[in-house]
Amino acid sequence: MITEEILFEEVLPGGGLWSWTLRRHMTLRITDVEGGANVGLMAYDADQPLDRLNLPDTLKAQYTAKLARGHVLMSDMGHALLSITADTVGWHDPLGGHGNAALVEKKYGVATYQEKRNDWHRNAHDGFLIELGKYGLGKRDLVANVNFFSRVDVDAEGKMNFHPGNSRARDHVDLRAEMNVLVVVNTCQHPLDPNPKYAPKPVKLAILKTPPPGADDFCRNFRGENQRSFILTGRLFPGA
Amino acid sequence: MSTFILTESKLDPAKAVYDFTLPAGDGWMHEIKPGQFFRIVDLEGNQAVDTLFYNAQDMSDRYSGQDTIRGQGGIYLTTGTKLISSEGNVLATIVADTCGRHDTLGGACAAESNQVRYALDKRWMHSCRDTFMLAISRWGRGATKCDITHNINFFMNVPVTPDGKLSFADGVSAGGKYVELQAEMDLICLISNCPQLNNPCNAYNPTPVRLLIWD
Repeated sequence: MITEEILFEEVLPGGGLWSWTLRRHMTLRITDVEGGANVGLMAYDADQPLDRLNLPDTLKAQYTAKLARGHVLMSDMGHALLSITADTVGWHDPLGGHGNAALVEKKYGVATYQEKRNDWHRNAHDGFLIELGKYGLGKRDLVANVNFFSRVDVDAEGKMNFHPGNSRARDHVDLRAEMNVLVVVNTCQHPLDPNPKYAPKPVKLAILKTPPPGADDFCRNFRGENQRSFILTGRLFPGA
Repeated sequence: MSTFILTESKLDPAKAVYDFTLPAGDGWMHEIKPGQFFRIVDLEGNQAVDTLFYNAQDMSDRYSGQDTIRGQGGIYLTTGTKLISSEGNVLATIVADTCGRHDTLGGACAAESNQVRYALDKRWMHSCRDTFMLAISRWGRGATKCDITHNINFFMNVPVTPDGKLSFADGVSAGGKYVELQAEMDLICLISNCPQLNNPCNAYNPTPVRLLIWD
């Protein structure tokens, strides 16, 4: 039995920006093409975007400061937005946030569109604002973002450490929508990436038709908190 | 083991231009002028004070926890921490701290997150984000739910382990401990004096805090 089907796929170059509305139970598969990619991601209820990704709620509900298979990205209203149903990396960063124009200029220097055309230096903050604007959302709708494929850990003193090489070529992560979810992503370098060169990496984005989670679903049952978040999410679709 | 560096302030409460005691479970929204000093005193100990800051000229320029911890390269807030906005501006600097560590990862309790974290029948209980909602609704001036973002939890202890686990540890605060900030721009401050009764973030006993401002 075929349980998943690729509906379409595309390659997003490094420094690129993208958004799409995943219908409930569709899956976004993000594949690191060359290794060392970083994908900044924000997520919103496509039907009611004031209901949106909340990383503090996500982290404290699952007692974690990293994201991996089994974890669920939760909204500020207790809903399960995206489940991490597959993951070959094992550590995705919810702490480091995203860079802006000032940070990119300080790290990599100036490279304008007029001079460099599509090799210009882009930044994640402006990329998020461009994509959010397409849905009538703006600066006040920015949320703390996930950085897929990147690892930032914390030592006993609280110091944050970025780990280069966390993700290799062909590593991937699958995000299954548990409701209708607007995802907004970009492929700018992680703001703590110590590489002195502007060298953002491409990823492949695939939209998959996938089955709804069963009663024995790994993410649903990862913790009691996840089970309750799935119940609250189901109440958005009564009778479905 | 972590080291806590404690820094006292020389400011005299008797000379404050503003002095208010905020009861447990209540909200507070107030302007703070550039250069003013703002102190929060944990009167009885182990209280969590959920706090947000905004640029008073443009509320879309607001406190960002991720930008703040990345800017200093560490997740705990204490003396010397610059609070960074979503647009990369310095909102305020922590200039004194007799507690030694404050959290900005744990967020604020909410009716819905209490359902997820504890039980579906907890929705009715009082929560910080309900307090925030009422405060911004009363404030008006176009503020809405999208302005309720990822806050600071003054006096709260949320350690992260090197293998990526997050926990809610016993409080590191005690009665009379305080944190003091200096405003770097025209600010609006929003506080929920946390009413949570489901976890030890305030020792299961929400208590009042004292808010002081000096010119």
